Amino acid sequence: MARKMLTLGEVRDGALRNVSFEAIGAAKIASDGGEVVCVLIGNNVKEFGQELIQYGADRVVVVEDEKLEQYTPDGFSQALLAVIETEQPEGLIFGHTALGKDLSPKIAGKLGSGLISDATNLEAAGGNLVFTRPIYSGKAFEKKIITDGLVFATIRPNNIAPLQKDDSRTGEVSSVSVEIKDLRTIIQDVVRKASEGVDLSEAKVVIAGGRGVKSEEGFEPLKKLADILGGAVGASRGACDAEYCDYSLQIGQTGKVVTPDLYIACGISGAIQHLAGMSNSKVIVAINKDPEANIFKVADYGIVGDLFEVVPMLTEEFKKLKIHS
Amino acid sequence: MNIYVLLKRTFDTEEKITISGGRINEDEAEFIINPYDEYAVEEAIQVRDTHGGEVTVVSVGTEEAEKQLRTALAMGADKAVLINVEDDVEDGDQFSTSKILAEFLKDKEADLIIGGNVAIDGGSGQVGPRVADQLDIPYVTTITKLEINEGAVTVTRDVEGDSEVIKTSLPVLVTAQQGLNEPRYPSLPGIMKAKKKPLEELELDDLDLEEEDVEAKTKTIEVYLPPQKEAGKVLSGDLSDQVKELVNLLHTEAKVI
Repeated sequence: MARKMLTLGEVRDGALRNVSFEAIGAAKIASDGGEVVCVLIGNNVKEFGQELIQYGADRVVVVEDEKLEQYTPDGFSQALLAVIETEQPEGLIFGHTALGKDLSPKIAGKLGSGLISDATNLEAAGGNLVFTRPIYSGKAFEKKIITDGLVFATIRPNNIAPLQKDDSRTGEVSSVSVEIKDLRTIIQDVVRKASEGVDLSEAKVVIAGGRGVKSEEGFEPLKKLADILGGAVGASRGACDAEYCDYSLQIGQTGKVVTPDLYIACGISGAIQHLAGMSNSKVIVAINKDPEANIFKVADYGIVGDLFEVVPMLTEEFKKLKIHS
Repeated sequence: MNIYVLLKRTFDTEEKITISGGRINEDEAEFIINPYDEYAVEEAIQVRDTHGGEVTVVSVGTEEAEKQLRTALAMGADKAVLINVEDDVEDGDQFSTSKILAEFLKDKEADLIIGGNVAIDGGSGQVGPRVADQLDIPYVTTITKLEINEGAVTVTRDVEGDSEVIKTSLPVLVTAQQGLNEPRYPSLPGIMKAKKKPLEELELDDLDLEEEDVEAKTKTIEVYLPPQKEAGKVLSGDLSDQVKELVNLLHTEAKVI
């Protein structure tokens, strides 16, 4: 059954987030040949429309307003609900990002629909769309379907593949004007703490440090390794509590959930709360002095040794590999 | 100030998880106050102690949630309400829970509603914003700081590591993120007092709700454990050889680099 699907494009730091493309990929599966329309909300975001088309959107609808410069639930829901009213989609897919998590329940409430949050997979099976999502901090999974109303889900970044970018693809990017009014929450200030560069929750490679890193300076070799691999640096709660790094880097049950292709845990013991944030990574490497450390139980590859010896050696080896390939 | 806390009794996810009959086995599990809701209880108590008023903790669940509600009373909350859905709601979802809570709250004239930003079992994080939307009040999720001055509210919100400082006004619903506060442990006198504090039990009937009003819009069709990971390969030999081998394995076997 063909379904018209709507996705949300998300712009951060002057670029579309990857999860915007993944949402289009998911919407394609859900659409079963129906139209996929991507909505872009913000101020001066129309320029990103073509890229969404190249990633598979059939059309892009843009809502621009000065009051949409920053995300607020009132502003973005007014914009989105106006588009939903006109487009009448049969399903919605957002990224399970800070924005998507905050906005999607309000939209679901307004539409009186169900919502499946934090999906890591979807498949069409026997007329139903079946979503898979982690529960109990990633220790179990459930498969869920929508039984009433719109198909509505948020997808966890890095899990559902985007379509191949096609530079020759063209489509309509249209603007609609929506009156944005009565914002009940106003952003007064934004304090940037998250590190520059690669977005931790979307990184393909994550190099994470724990208490074993021992100091703020101890993160330097990890940063070098991350640079070589185009990855992001993360941390365990232990390292954050010890003030070796900012809490914005924390991976775990509290903190970020990451599912990169490669996760290298350096000096991390592997407390259960940490595992909740990274155990679904595709390949896990553990580097730890303690051969009994819990992290080795979830690791695909392990090296028992001092991270301050191993990590710089790894950086050198990867450098060689990059040169040869 | 009239303060409500939304509280969920959850499975302690530090426990080992097994499945029986297609469901997570709860027989010998430990149950706790959802850790994010503990921050909410603590914050509510602190706001009351500063501004005066009353803290009511409300939970949608079964009779067993009484234990977690008593714990919140022992921490210092004034009243508790259990909306017992055991006989009426089977397999409810976030739509069901939020509808019930909103129906309960709609005539309570709450100034401030606090919940956790997510429950560690279901992990959806939907209920807070859904309730706020139904009550037609603003909400701010994943907050790490809350200041109230007369009717003006300043909230700091965690946004994937960055912080937003947000101005809003009462009434408002906020959801707690780690870092908001350090929840207190119930004291012995607190535990004694809690036994005498009011704990009201309601059912759907009392809220003028029918079962079909709160029928779930989603359905779980399967619950399963992730496949057991095969034991990883711990490398051996000279450290520099191990590093070379690892890079080679990541490149040729795992193909992630």
